[in-house]
Amino acid sequence: MEISRSAPTQAKAVVPPESGPPNLRQTPVEPPAPQNKGKVRLGDRLFSGASRGSGILLLVIMAAIAAFLTYRAVGAIADDHGNFLTTKEWNANATPPVFGIAVLATGTVISAVIAMVIAVPIAVGVALFISHYAPRKLAQPLAYLVDLLAAVPSIVYGLWGALFLVPHLQGTTQWLDSFFAWTYVFDASQPEVTPRSLFTVGILLAIMILPIVTNVSREVFLQVPRMHEEAALALGATRWEVIRISVLPFGRSGVISASMLGLGRALGETMAVATVLSPSAILSLHILDPGGGTIAQNIASGFGEASPFGRDALIASGLVLFVITLVVNGAARLIIARRKEYSGANA
Amino acid sequence: MSAVTDKTPQGGIHPSAPSLKHARLPKWAPAATAVGAIAVAVGIGMGAELSSKIQWGLIAVLLFVGTLHVLSSKVEGTRQAKDRLATSLLWVCFILAVIPLFSLIEYTIAKGLKVLDAAFLSHSMNGVITTETGGGIYHSLIGTLEQVGIATAMAAPIGLLTAIYLVEYGRGKLAKTVTFFVDVMTGVPSIVAGLFILSFWIIYLDFNFSGFAGAMALAILMMPVVVRSTEEMLKLVPNELREASLALGVPKWLTILRVVLPTAIGGIVTGVMLAIARITGETAPVLLLVYGSTAINNNPFDGPQDSLPLYVFQQWKNGNEPSYDRAWAAALVLIALVMAFNLLARGIARWKAPSGGRG
Repeated sequence: MEISRSAPTQAKAVVPPESGPPNLRQTPVEPPAPQNKGKVRLGDRLFSGASRGSGILLLVIMAAIAAFLTYRAVGAIADDHGNFLTTKEWNANATPPVFGIAVLATGTVISAVIAMVIAVPIAVGVALFISHYAPRKLAQPLAYLVDLLAAVPSIVYGLWGALFLVPHLQGTTQWLDSFFAWTYVFDASQPEVTPRSLFTVGILLAIMILPIVTNVSREVFLQVPRMHEEAALALGATRWEVIRISVLPFGRSGVISASMLGLGRALGETMAVATVLSPSAILSLHILDPGGGTIAQNIASGFGEASPFGRDALIASGLVLFVITLVVNGAARLIIARRKEYSGANA
Repeated sequence: MSAVTDKTPQGGIHPSAPSLKHARLPKWAPAATAVGAIAVAVGIGMGAELSSKIQWGLIAVLLFVGTLHVLSSKVEGTRQAKDRLATSLLWVCFILAVIPLFSLIEYTIAKGLKVLDAAFLSHSMNGVITTETGGGIYHSLIGTLEQVGIATAMAAPIGLLTAIYLVEYGRGKLAKTVTFFVDVMTGVPSIVAGLFILSFWIIYLDFNFSGFAGAMALAILMMPVVVRSTEEMLKLVPNELREASLALGVPKWLTILRVVLPTAIGGIVTGVMLAIARITGETAPVLLLVYGSTAINNNPFDGPQDSLPLYVFQQWKNGNEPSYDRAWAAALVLIALVMAFNLLARGIARWKAPSGGRG
């Protein structure tokens, strides 16, 4: 008892020095030997310097990424004989080089959007299922199962996508084409061709981003104040009504930021797209048709044969990808930061 | 819900008020509906000769959800019916999410075991004609382990120190900026990290392709993950521990080294292991920087190496049956490796969970 009693006073005495200059801390202690004081300061200074230095190093790396990509990209874009933003084909190794990101940027966005449309509702469902519906004992193993999905390397998803998913989506593609061709997007010009299309890529990406969206959403749903839920229950709400009136409104911004984190992943995914898609320089909104491309896929497929100038051109496209993901992720983090009560950022 | 209504006293103050007890479907109703729906779906599937099992499943799910909804709204009223509809839809969501996982793991194991044996693990691809069987992943395994090892040696200390800075020292603008950019850095696509090292190390400084170049890109991907997880763990260390140590006159840096870090060590190691698991499977930066080779190269600082994910990609690109078999086997080894790291991480987390945290 005595110890616990003295603890608060000690805490009060010590807390301010913790954030203040180190020599303040010495006051409550018995006067130590003078040379001891100097030593302590040196260790402290070295340690805080090293840790602060690492933090600064991280900032320097981020700045260097932006600087070096820009440096190489500017030279490449200056020598581009097409318009970098509107040219469809990517012939950076030809003389004169003609390349642009019109098809690649569109393909990147389309595949990511397909992935979001499929993954977000399912992920929110799974998150709700784990946080509010699954039996308590099952919740943890189920969450672990979803984590396993996240642990599978992207190249394995790519292999599975190319050799298993693509042939198995042939039927779905034909079915969508025969019943929903009137929607324009589902109109396949050759439905009998193997569906190495943006649609298939979108489905694969959806599977890949599902875990991160699920995990962040689940964490937010678990933070809903118990009182909100109990108040709703006390009013006679059913379980679904509890979720609709207390859980979903509270979790909305969390779900948005989770989705944007998933979007960032989907935009930058390389290998799964490179194995599944059969790329072409055709700009089309018929998502069931093979063709199109994404920025990351183009880098991975084109790097092997790229000339030194071709590499710079690929770096230029990488810079575009970097900026897109930076904006998406930055926005997601700002939304999270607005609500400090939960940290969805550690997923 | 039923517990609440059951406890309510019956025949209360207002005799005219409707009874608080609603008609409920019996407990076995969902299970029975599920069995019925599956039976009917199988019947329809066989009758209409639908080839795809997915269609059978789809019909069964639609029948189940529809029937239960109609039954429930007839017997229990619309609100309960909606509740049941939501419950079944969430179940469907969950099943949809785990189907790909099981399919992927089952398919990889079935395909991968075909050529996976001791010879596959202990031989390289040197001199193996890609259209024929034989060869192995020894050179890739060496490459992966070395690259991941070097990346960890670079990223773990920097990540750890940054997290210590953010939790123990960081105040003000710099700390806020670092936090924000660590978050943003988590989202940097792996291929962009690869392009950065390519433009800096290989084009600008004119070094050759090497395992070390790949390791640097992997370190960039690993750092923010380590920072995040370590930060969370350090925040779980109770302040009383720090205060007690400081009150005894222990300098701050020793307090951190001897009190704070040992308390959180389990969680920190777990975070590092999860980060290792994540970078082990990265392909894109390795493709750009390590370049790949078929021969054994034990020196990560000189000349192209290989790595497991890259091996899978290259065998897939060869596009013939023996290569596909090798790709699946390598993918199986890769998954096993990553899962092993994951399980190890979880084991450590359970073993050394910090008290006062998740317990």
